[in-house]
This record gives sequence, structure tokens and C-alpha cells, in this order.
Amino acid sequence: MSADAHAVHHTVTGIDNRKFGMWVLIGSECFLFGALILNYLVNRDRGLVGPKATDIFNIDITTLSTFDLLMSSVAMVLALHACQHREIKKFRFWTAMVILGGIIFLGFQYFEFHHFIHAGLGLTTNVFGSSFYLLTGCHGTHVFFGVLWLTSMLVTSFIRGKEWFPSVQLEVAGLYWHFVDVVWILIFTVVYLFVYL
Amino acid sequence: MAKCLPNTGVISWITTVDHKRIGIMYAVSAFFFLLCGGIEALLMRTQLAIPNNTLVTAGTFNSLVTMHGTTMIFLFVMPLSAAFFNFLTPLMIGAPDVAFPRMNALSYWIFLFGGLLLNFSFVVRLAPDGGWFNYANLTGKAFSPSHAIDFWVFGVQILGLASLIAAINFLVTILNMRCKGMTLLKMPIFIWTTLVTQVLLILALPVITVALVMMTFDRTFGTGFFDPAGGGQVIMWQHFFWIFGHPEVYILILPAMGIVSEILPTFSRKPLFGYTVMVYSSCAIGFLGFAVWAHHMFTTGLGPWAQALFSAATMLIAVPTGVKIFNWISTLWGGQIRFTTAMLFAMSFIAMFTFGGLSGVMHSSPPIDSQHQDTYFVVAHFHYVLYGGAVMALFGGIFYWFPKVFGYYLHEGMGKAQFWLYMLGFNLTFFPMHFLGMQGMPRRVFTYAGDQGWNLWNLVATSGSYVTALGGVMFVVNIVYTMATKKKKAPADCWDGRTLEWSLASPPPEYNFAVDPEVKNLDDWWHQKYTHDGRRLTPRYQPDVDPATKHLPHPSFWPIILAAGLEIVAIGFFFDEVGHYISVAGLVVTLLATYGWIFEEA
Repeated sequence: MSADAHAVHHTVTGIDNRKFGMWVLIGSECFLFGALILNYLVNRDRGLVGPKATDIFNIDITTLSTFDLLMSSVAMVLALHACQHREIKKFRFWTAMVILGGIIFLGFQYFEFHHFIHAGLGLTTNVFGSSFYLLTGCHGTHVFFGVLWLTSMLVTSFIRGKEWFPSVQLEVAGLYWHFVDVVWILIFTVVYLFVYL
Repeated sequence: MAKCLPNTGVISWITTVDHKRIGIMYAVSAFFFLLCGGIEALLMRTQLAIPNNTLVTAGTFNSLVTMHGTTMIFLFVMPLSAAFFNFLTPLMIGAPDVAFPRMNALSYWIFLFGGLLLNFSFVVRLAPDGGWFNYANLTGKAFSPSHAIDFWVFGVQILGLASLIAAINFLVTILNMRCKGMTLLKMPIFIWTTLVTQVLLILALPVITVALVMMTFDRTFGTGFFDPAGGGQVIMWQHFFWIFGHPEVYILILPAMGIVSEILPTFSRKPLFGYTVMVYSSCAIGFLGFAVWAHHMFTTGLGPWAQALFSAATMLIAVPTGVKIFNWISTLWGGQIRFTTAMLFAMSFIAMFTFGGLSGVMHSSPPIDSQHQDTYFVVAHFHYVLYGGAVMALFGGIFYWFPKVFGYYLHEGMGKAQFWLYMLGFNLTFFPMHFLGMQGMPRRVFTYAGDQGWNLWNLVATSGSYVTALGGVMFVVNIVYTMATKKKKAPADCWDGRTLEWSLASPPPEYNFAVDPEVKNLDDWWHQKYTHDGRRLTPRYQPDVDPATKHLPHPSFWPIILAAGLEIVAIGFFFDEVGHYISVAGLVVTLLATYGWIFEEA
């Protein structure tokens, strides 16, 4: 996140290279999650043993964790806004809120996995379980890296002091965070809501 | 730390973030791996020279087939293309470097470590033997219990990561760092094919990543994605693999098409015929490349609808390819042709690639394809496309840009000798394979009975492979001779070229352009040299300036450390008891390197 020499470079599109790079990465990630979601759709009814989706999903709790993750995106917007307007306290507070939202979501996911395993659905029980854990686990890993990233920025903010406003870097992190949220909306729809179709 | 690093010596190469040096390292590594893949090919051909040969065992032959394919694709053609992307992209678009110089070094080191991991399998006598497409369920734990397949899975996973990082870098570089005046349709055609290649990489690689993760889970953690016993499906691997695998063949051929499209106009002294159509054709090929993967699977029972659809899409993709071939021929038409070595390679590309393309279109018809499936006819087809096509073009590119890179011309006589040895050897090896395939000889068999009528053509094919090897030796001699004697010094614009890199000294200075270039036309350098009616103008070559006045990105140790960390993570999967400790240690190294990287002044 150091002051990159390329930031001062004039770019053809006018978009900072790092931001552009993140957009391209997001394009790639669409195909990553696309493949995982397709794999889940193919396999969700193919489990021969063990519980099925309808047996174990708890829509109330997942709705709650979805709400939490969406709110963290709102916090992300506010953190970036504060950073761009050089308001150090708000910038730190809202960044901390994003991190908290991410951690709460990961807590929900831990609880959910724990619950499913106790209900008899392990990683290797059947292909439905394997595809489910692979998809949601991959998403959880993305949330974890987002939390790590934003925590690093928050800590750096305390090291660098009150005059450090990394707007571009935070915007890049924000793009990532929003994308991970959007993917969750898709996963929530396809994995948790399609069960009721 | 980074600032006091030296400018020459081993350390300077390990820490370099200069796109030109990274390009050279890519090329050197690619040729090292070409040697590996070439020896594998010679061993296979020697084994098949006569029926019932016992030079290698069936098991070894399986490993040779697998490693030859994997090496030539992932460790030779892709990195050699990457060498061209690296060296040429910033020079052709008038940029000081790529968008992310340290990430560029990172992708090189990840690639190198991945390639070494893959080939380390020979040292421990566990070379992968599942074919270059590693079909499930042959590659499941039940049928391949050793770590051999894991070498393939982790090797390709690591190589994929390297390509993805590089692809993001080049896409951003091309779209964001062009010099003043260079609109999209004023970019050199090589930059266009590079751009399309990066898009294909960015969208195709994640699919193989997912498939490889699934295979890792199947093999390491006991899931059953590809195991019918638990509800999984073998065919899923094939779909995932070819959704990646077919764009992959365009990833291999598009850069070669770009190189040829640069060489032909220079040595015909004519602009590329139908530049805009070439651009659109490249885009069309890239787009359709994602819609034809199932033509690799016609014999798996897809059903008539899927077969009809994929058959039609495959025939359709021949259209933009055909357009390109006619454009290349039209470029030559009426030109003042100079038959340099580079030109010979480029012209042979047109012929050989057309051969391979024609046999390819034959396979778009499912009834014909089911006759050819898994025979030597298919081997002949894709070698005409990838060897007669991609590799010949890449060698043309080497002869064309070598003076730019090192400042000396390669020896033309030896180059032409190599070219003719390659042409003769290549056609002797692969043309008879059409006959062998039609006669029903299956691929990947380690030997055959003497009464099948296959003896003659197999012997011819093997003799051809030795002629090719001789051509390879000629190339090495040429490089060594040129660099040892340094006889023929190349001026800046040594071929009377058309694109911006020829306005720079040979070799170009570390900072690339002393004065930021500004272009007004397609082939701007040409228009700076000649008026429309052919009168000579005095072009402005880039001046030399003191490098100290130019801001250059600092060299860095972090890329190689980060790449090593990722490699250690993968290595952990090969040990049963302590494996996860090794992987976690690798993660820690990766994480520390990431933080070191972030807080280092670029």
C-alpha cells in the first residue's frame, strides 16, 4: 500500500492502475465463483447418503448473516467517504465497522458449518455437502482475506498517523469487499432460497 | 534495502523488475523446458520407431506423453509468448514499464518454481502419467494412489496463478499505459492479439483453478466430485477442463498470430492487409473460443442437440481464422519480399497452420470426429497447429527481435539451415501421422504389433524427429556463436520496422523512452520514415539520456520470496505426517512477503 510511483502516472483511461487491476481481478473471480456455483447446482440433488439441503438449512440465521454482510458494505461506503473527506475519526470508525461485520459473518459461518457437521453433513458425506462447503468455504476465505486487508489498513492508519488518507487503496479494498458481498447475494439466492422453489 | 542493490550480477537478475530483463528470463527458462520436452519427445519417437520395442516401459511412456504435452504447453509455448509480451508490450505502446513491475517479477518466479516442481517429479521417479488433460477418474486416488498426479495438479495450479497475475498486469498495461495518440485501433496488431490472449487467460484460468481444487479435495481430503460411487460425475472434470482447455489453445496461437502479423508487413514493405478486420477476427476468435469446448467430448454421448450446437460453433470459428489467413497472403501479395530467416518462419506458419486448421475443421463434424478420436490423426492435427503454427511463429519472432533484445543479428545462414531442418523434420514426423491415424493407430500406446501396417510411417516419423533435433542443435550453436563472436552489430532500426520499438537503441536503455512518444498513425514509426509516395524522411530516433534522470521502479527481493512461500504451501501437500506444518510455514512466508512488499518503497 506504499505510495506507488505509478499513482502519479497519467493513465489513458484516467483510472488508477491499481483500481483497474482490481476490476480485472473481479472479472476473473466472476468465472471462479461461476464455476463453483455451477458445480453446486449440478451436485445439489446428487447426494446419495446423508442429509439434504431441506433437512438442515436454517433460513432465519442465514438471513441474519446476509443482513450483517450487506450492512458491512454500507459501512464500507461510509469509510471511503470519510477517507476522501479527510475525517480521520469517521474513517477509522467505519473501517472498524466493516471489519466487525466481516468477523460476525465469519462467526455465523463457523456456527453454521459446526451445526451442519453435527447434523451429519461432513465435507466428504456426499457430493451435495462437498459442493456446498467448497462454494461457501471459498466465499468465506474471500471474506477472511478482506478482513485481513482492512485490518492491515486500520493498523497502518494508527502507525502512519492522522494525516494518512489512502483513498485509492481503500477504494480498491472497497471494490473487493463489495464484490464479495454481491457474490454472497448470489450464493444466498442460489443455495439457500432455491431450496424453496 | 532495495535502493542499494547492484545493477549487474546474479542478485540484479533475481531482484529485477525491469520488463525487458524479465522477458529475457522467461525466454531462457522456456528454452530450458523446451529441452526437457524435446528429450521426452525423442524418447517416445525412438520407442515407436520399430514395433515391439522395449526401450521404455509402458509406465514410463505414459509419463513421457503426459510430461511432453504439459511441458510444451505450460512451460514452453506459454512462457515464450510471455517473454514476447514482457519485452515488447511497453516498447510497442510507448510506456516506461508495465503497470505493476514487481507483480511482473512475481509471475515469473511463480512460473519458474511451478515448472521446477512439475519436473522435480522425474527426480523422485513419480512423473505424472494421467495425460496432459488428467482425466478423472483415472487420476483419482483409487487408480493413481501415488503422488505422481499431485505433481501435475499442483504444478498446473501454480503455473495458472503465474499466468493470471501476468494477464491482469498486461491487460491493465495495454489499456492504461499507451502513449499519447495511440488509440485502440492504432495499436500494433501484436498488442491486439496480446490483449485478447490476456482476456482469455483471465476468464479461462479460474475454471481450471476450480477443477484443480476439486481434484485436490478428491485426492487429499476424500471428497467424491469425480467419483460416481458417491454421486459424483467423471464427465464434470472433462467439462471443466475443456472450458479452460479450448480457450487455452487460442491462448497458445493468438500471440503467434500477432508475431506473424508483425513480421510479414516488415519484410514485404507493405502495411498489414486489413488491419481492422484482423483486430475484429482476433476478438471473434477469442469470443468463440469459449463456445466450442465440447467438441473435445463428442464421443462422450452429449446428445444430438449439444453435438449440433458445438459442431456449428466449431465450424463458425474457422471463419475469422480463414479471414486471417487470406489477410496474411494478401499482405505478401505484390510486396517487396525479403526472405530473411524470420520471414521464412512466418511464411511457413501460414502454410502449416492452414494444414492444421483444415484437419481441425474436419473434427468439427461429430461423425468424422468419432472416427478420429484418440488416433494419431488428432496428434497430427494439433502438432500442425501448435508446432507448425505457434512454435514456428515464435522462432520467427526470436530471429526478428533478437537484434533488438541483444544488439546483434543472429547468423542468417545458420538460421536458414535451422528453418529448413525444422520444416523437413516437422513434416516428416507429423504428416505420416495423418496416415497412421486413418489406419487406426491409437494415441498414447507405448508399442504396437508388427503386422498392423504401421511400421513404415512410424519409422519415417521417428527419423523426422531426429532431423528436427538437429535443427534445435543448430539454433543453440547459432545463439552461442552470435553471443561469443558478436560480429554483426544491429542498428536501432535493423529491419526497417514499422512499430515504436525500432525507434529505440538496440538493446533499448533501461528506462525505455527518453522522450515520451506521441503517435498519429497506425505503424507510426513507418510514417515517420516515409511519406505516402515513398520519399524518405529523417525520423527522430530516441535520444540517450542519463538514466539517473529517469525514475525507475526499484529492484525488489519480495517477488521471489513470495513465490517461494507459495511453492512451500504446495510442497506441504506431498508429505503425509508433517505436510500441514510445511504448508502453514509456506503461508506464513507468503504473508510476511506480502507485508514486506506492501511497505517497501516501489
